[in-house]
Amino acid sequence: MTASTRALRRATGFGPVLIALALFWLALIIGAPLATVVAEAWSKGSEAFFNIFKQPDALAAIRLTIIVAAIAVPLNAAFGLAAGWSIAKFEFRGKALLLALIDLPLSISPVISGLVWVLVFGARGWFGPILDVAGVKIIFALPGIVLGTILVTVSLIAREIIPLMAEQGSDEELAATTLGAGGWTVFRRVTLPNVRWALLHGVLLCNARAMGEFGAVSVLSGHIRGLTETLPLHVEALYNDYDFVGAFAAASLLAGLAVVTLIAKSALERVGAPRSTT
Amino acid sequence: MVALAPSLGTILDVRRRAAWREPSALPGFRGAFAFTLVYAGLIILLPLAALVARPWEHSPADLVHGILQPRTLAALRLSFVAALAAAVVNTAAGLVIAWVLNRYDFPGRRVVDALVDLPFALPTAVAGIALATLYGPNGWIGSLLAPLGVKVAFTPLGVFVALLAVGLPFVVRAVQPVLEDLDTALEEAAQTLGANTLQTFARVILPALSPALLTGFSLAFARGAGEYGSVIFIAGNMPGVSEIGPLVIVTRLEAYDYAGAAAVGLTMLAISLAVLIATNWAQVRLARRGAP
Repeated sequence: MTASTRALRRATGFGPVLIALALFWLALIIGAPLATVVAEAWSKGSEAFFNIFKQPDALAAIRLTIIVAAIAVPLNAAFGLAAGWSIAKFEFRGKALLLALIDLPLSISPVISGLVWVLVFGARGWFGPILDVAGVKIIFALPGIVLGTILVTVSLIAREIIPLMAEQGSDEELAATTLGAGGWTVFRRVTLPNVRWALLHGVLLCNARAMGEFGAVSVLSGHIRGLTETLPLHVEALYNDYDFVGAFAAASLLAGLAVVTLIAKSALERVGAPRSTT
Repeated sequence: MVALAPSLGTILDVRRRAAWREPSALPGFRGAFAFTLVYAGLIILLPLAALVARPWEHSPADLVHGILQPRTLAALRLSFVAALAAAVVNTAAGLVIAWVLNRYDFPGRRVVDALVDLPFALPTAVAGIALATLYGPNGWIGSLLAPLGVKVAFTPLGVFVALLAVGLPFVVRAVQPVLEDLDTALEEAAQTLGANTLQTFARVILPALSPALLTGFSLAFARGAGEYGSVIFIAGNMPGVSEIGPLVIVTRLEAYDYAGAAAVGLTMLAISLAVLIATNWAQVRLARRGAP
């Protein structure tokens, strides 16, 4: 929490008006939708709410969502660490270009992040005919969903780690190397502990986005119930079927994940990780 | 690039000019760099190459024709105009919220501060169905607005309302660190010299915050223009009226019109990047002018 370093004023003059204005706006824009999710999910009582855990399609959607995140998040974490090590600890030409490339997915619409994989691997994609002959299914199957999720979240961990590693410099690593430690040892014993909070911070955000991804996955999934539907897609399907209690019950699981993520995130920021700007 | 120590620099001068990277005593560059390049290449560059290459595959005229259809133009206009309007409102709202969170103490400040990030963490589909219900004819807010004749859900106004939540954290989080570093002595000096609160704000605080506000604005705009999940439920998706750009992409893909979908995608990405680059440039100029 950055504000703790400064003595906060008690509100005077315009203060109370501004506070009231800010709280009203946040309640309207963020609080009201969140409250709606909870209220609608419980509107028919607890039995209707817990019904979600008895539907095989919902359980399959939860399982798929966890599988996708379990593949996408570790890969993006490995990428973030490798990118951090090579970009922050070494000097080479084209670094700015590589950094811009890593940031690029943040400005891309999720739907476009799905579209691009269809252009590459879809039935009429670049590699579509070859995949068809080989009998490999990427689009409308797990690999496509994973690729879309990875593209949407690829920048999140790298962006947390690269600036921190750059700020820390490589003096400690050089000292360890001089003392005879090998590359892996230096990384494991010196670099990794130094960036552990930023890594965790990035993993939290990346996981929340991966589990909640909608646009990209919607393009890539094919919407087969019980098979290629992630939890956010299942929310959409239930909603379009007018099963509002079911849709909001499933949605409240995702909202719960978001709230837990925020609590963990602000706890982490108190331990000392830098605040994220995205 | 950081220069090497002079002595070492002189020794390696000839080699350094030829090498594309500066030598380092640290091991592990090759492996980490190779992994980074391959991963970024496969995950980011390859699919984006397809986005750039495929709209033209039949003929350049197709690309232009695909974009200039009235339905596509209307959808693109709605996405970008709604994103622009929402980003403007979010810049003002974000400034007030960042100010309140950083300057005043009030009960629940930490919770409110954490809650600002909710739109980052809340899945867009969840926000989407919640907003459609909230502003629908029977929703808490929709039923209040209905007697006034204001319809939000299933109209273009709904797109704008949905984007208000999407963009807000970008502005707040861009402004907060700058506000944190801003020296209160400057404000106190302005007030000592006789400036009133509004003058202090307009002449001292706002210029210092404007690069950060611009960053927040452009991020909120770019994110809003491409937003899909939180918009499609509340928008109503009437072609030519409340249909957004990303939905046109989805519709074309469902018809296996890859080139047409890619044309819309490439256009949207180009506009967003142009805005980001332009604001980045303006921001550099602002920062230079604002520097003491």
